[in-house]
Amino acid sequence: MDILYLLIPLSVVLVLLVGVVFWYALKSGQLEDLEGPALAIIADDDKPPAGR
Amino acid sequence: MCCPGCEAVAQAIAGRGLSDYYRLRDAVSGRMASTSADDRLPDDLSVYDSLALQSRFVREVAPEHVPDAAGPGPVQHEADLLLEGIRCTACVWLVEQTLARVPGVVRVDVNYASRRARVRWDSSRSPFSRLIAAVRAVGYRAWPFEASRAALIDRSERTAALWRLFVAGFGMMQVMMYALPVYIADAGSMSADIEQLMRWAGLVLTVPVMLYSAAPFFRGAWRDLQRRSLGMDVPVALGIGVAFAASAWSTLAGHGAVYFDSVAMFVFLLLAGRFLELLARQHAARALQHLARLVPETAHRITGGGSVETIPVALLKPGERVEVRPGETIPADGPLESAQAMVSEALLTGEARPVHKRSGAAMIGGSVNAGSPFTMRIERVGGETALSAIVRLMERATSERPRWLDLSQRAAGWFVIAILACALASGLAWAWIDSSRALWIAVSVLIVTCPCALSLALPVAMTVATGELARGGLVATRGHTIGSLAEATDVVFDKTGTLTLGRMGLLETVIFASRDTAGSLALAGTIGRGSEHPAARALAEAAEAAGICDPEESGDVRSEPGMGMEALIGGHRFRLGRAGFVAALHGLPAPVAWVHTRDTTVWLGDERGWIAAFRLGDRVRPGAGEAISILRAMGLRIHLLSGDDPAVAARLAAELVIAAVSGGATPAEKLAYVKALQHAGARVAMVGDGVNDAPVLAQADVSIALRGGSDLAQVRADAVLLSDSPMDLARAVRLAQCARAVVRQNLAWALGYNLIVLPLAFSGLVTPLIAGIGMSSSSLLVVLNALRLRARHGR
Repeated sequence: MDILYLLIPLSVVLVLLVGVVFWYALKSGQLEDLEGPALAIIADDDKPPAGR
Repeated sequence: MCCPGCEAVAQAIAGRGLSDYYRLRDAVSGRMASTSADDRLPDDLSVYDSLALQSRFVREVAPEHVPDAAGPGPVQHEADLLLEGIRCTACVWLVEQTLARVPGVVRVDVNYASRRARVRWDSSRSPFSRLIAAVRAVGYRAWPFEASRAALIDRSERTAALWRLFVAGFGMMQVMMYALPVYIADAGSMSADIEQLMRWAGLVLTVPVMLYSAAPFFRGAWRDLQRRSLGMDVPVALGIGVAFAASAWSTLAGHGAVYFDSVAMFVFLLLAGRFLELLARQHAARALQHLARLVPETAHRITGGGSVETIPVALLKPGERVEVRPGETIPADGPLESAQAMVSEALLTGEARPVHKRSGAAMIGGSVNAGSPFTMRIERVGGETALSAIVRLMERATSERPRWLDLSQRAAGWFVIAILACALASGLAWAWIDSSRALWIAVSVLIVTCPCALSLALPVAMTVATGELARGGLVATRGHTIGSLAEATDVVFDKTGTLTLGRMGLLETVIFASRDTAGSLALAGTIGRGSEHPAARALAEAAEAAGICDPEESGDVRSEPGMGMEALIGGHRFRLGRAGFVAALHGLPAPVAWVHTRDTTVWLGDERGWIAAFRLGDRVRPGAGEAISILRAMGLRIHLLSGDDPAVAARLAAELVIAAVSGGATPAEKLAYVKALQHAGARVAMVGDGVNDAPVLAQADVSIALRGGSDLAQVRADAVLLSDSPMDLARAVRLAQCARAVVRQNLAWALGYNLIVLPLAFSGLVTPLIAGIGMSSSSLLVVLNALRLRARHGR
């Protein structure tokens, strides 16, 4: 039973963490273009473009 | 070679002996590359650098650190570009790389799915036009993307609401996990420490729900209190606030009951109801916004040299000529230059059938080319167009708060006071009976009886009805229009021109010779086709409309001003015109065609004698008779007030079966007529042309103006009938009556719901779950009922 003293607070932290991660993903626009990045990985742009 | 992909393609081309491709390609694209070198800009792009234009799509942003520059640029700007020609990720890559190499560009994000590029750059190092030029240089086209403001607001509202709902739902599920063991545990089987831990966990997860998800309720309640009024947010905020505070106190004190699960669930259910309601509201409001979005992004301008170039509509100037291709939207107002065109003004007037326009006819921005390509001259752009005048009128209507709306808000305020008193009373009463349930019953009373439905009942129905009317061709310009229209008992048509077309048309044909009616008309149409005279035009149009005009046949036509026309067809001489002019050809006396007529009569004859006579005059608008019988069937009295000749008015009234008719009326007499009707208890809806007779229109309870070529900005009426079709008027009246019925149903439901639910909550029969669901579904039902207006008249 003692393990509950750890697990219950841990579950609270996890819930908050999941919420924050999802919020971050949405906020940073990761869900806006679901197609482009998958194909962009094929593009060979080893040289960083000027200005970046 | 730019990448291994290109290299592979190049090898494949060369390997198959197709190297000529490069020679041909360079011959074409070399010219393009030389004109769009980095530093030189095509002239037409420099217009993008005007600050007035830029303010519409360029945003100033906080400077971001640039790795290779000495420090952050002084001013950074961000703009969205709409890209044309993007087909694959290689294109995205190319555009991205090209833009990133423009001096001063800090960041480029190309969205493959939406074909948009967001560019952030240091505007002191590169003007905006250079970005566009750079994209063009590699063979793509870019336009500044200007998202509609309303769409952006809608979107952000929706996202925020969805987030609040998500947090509340997530919190609710997790809090329930901590609450369940406490509910099902037998007394003593759970140690006090664990139970306390569960409470704390519930508290921690309910805090974000309260602070973030429930924030709109608290904010709304606070705003209401500041304005010393009581809105519908007050009881909700009080209910969840009290429940949360009591639970938090129990947690801190370490004893007493906690209800975090119920609080989170309340918030979730209330938010779910509001979210659905928001979607429904935005859906309804879209009908109003769709007009503003009719103007296309780009137009095809015809340059001085005769070539066609694509430019953003914002850059169009009066006096320029544009080409409109089939299926495209006309970018601005102006006269038609091509000989003829078929345009669909459906989105403006609700009339789906394409309209035939001749050279010089006014083209309205926002209508669609339904025929072959045509050119037109631009006369009015931007805010001066008919479309933006309509949008402004509609905005005025929606921003005006009708009297009864204020009334219903005030009623809701009193309602809230009653609810607060009831909640307090029930709390005190139950404190005597069973103190453990007192708090919950008080909270349930607060939530379940919230008059959300009551305060939604009117505005939602009005928004839907206004949008629906606009789709049907009637634009309400005042807040009270729909209400007054629904209450109208008498419809007064001011002027005969509201029921007739106002131009000459063929009324009747009499034949004298062996030719039949159709043959005579075809002949007259053929002769009259080339003329600009209204009578000849009317005959040509009638023949065309009947489909009996032979487009191939055309004789040698000579016109005799003031007399008529003479034509040589198939070796015979024909004359069309005045009786004397035609008689001169054969010398026979004119037969009797009509005994009494004030209409124009046009005669047709050849060398052998009379062929036919055509009676021409003002024709009744199509659908006018049907519209009037529908209006009469709805119980409205129809009047015709006309300044015209009493005989003309009487004949029109007889044709349309209007009993109350008064011809030759002066404006003062019209005013007296309307006042007399109102004195007898009638609610008068006046249909006029909207510019003249302002006092009569103002005296009427609701006035409707026909578009009829009058300047929309000058219209003083309560509504404008864009389609000019009497049928749409009848439909509008019916819709207004339906809207009134819906409002009544909504009010009845909202009041009935509260009256039934209050005693139940008072007696403790309503659990928090039922309270939450009941209140949400009640306001949702009101919204859905209003949306029914749309379905019933929906196209």
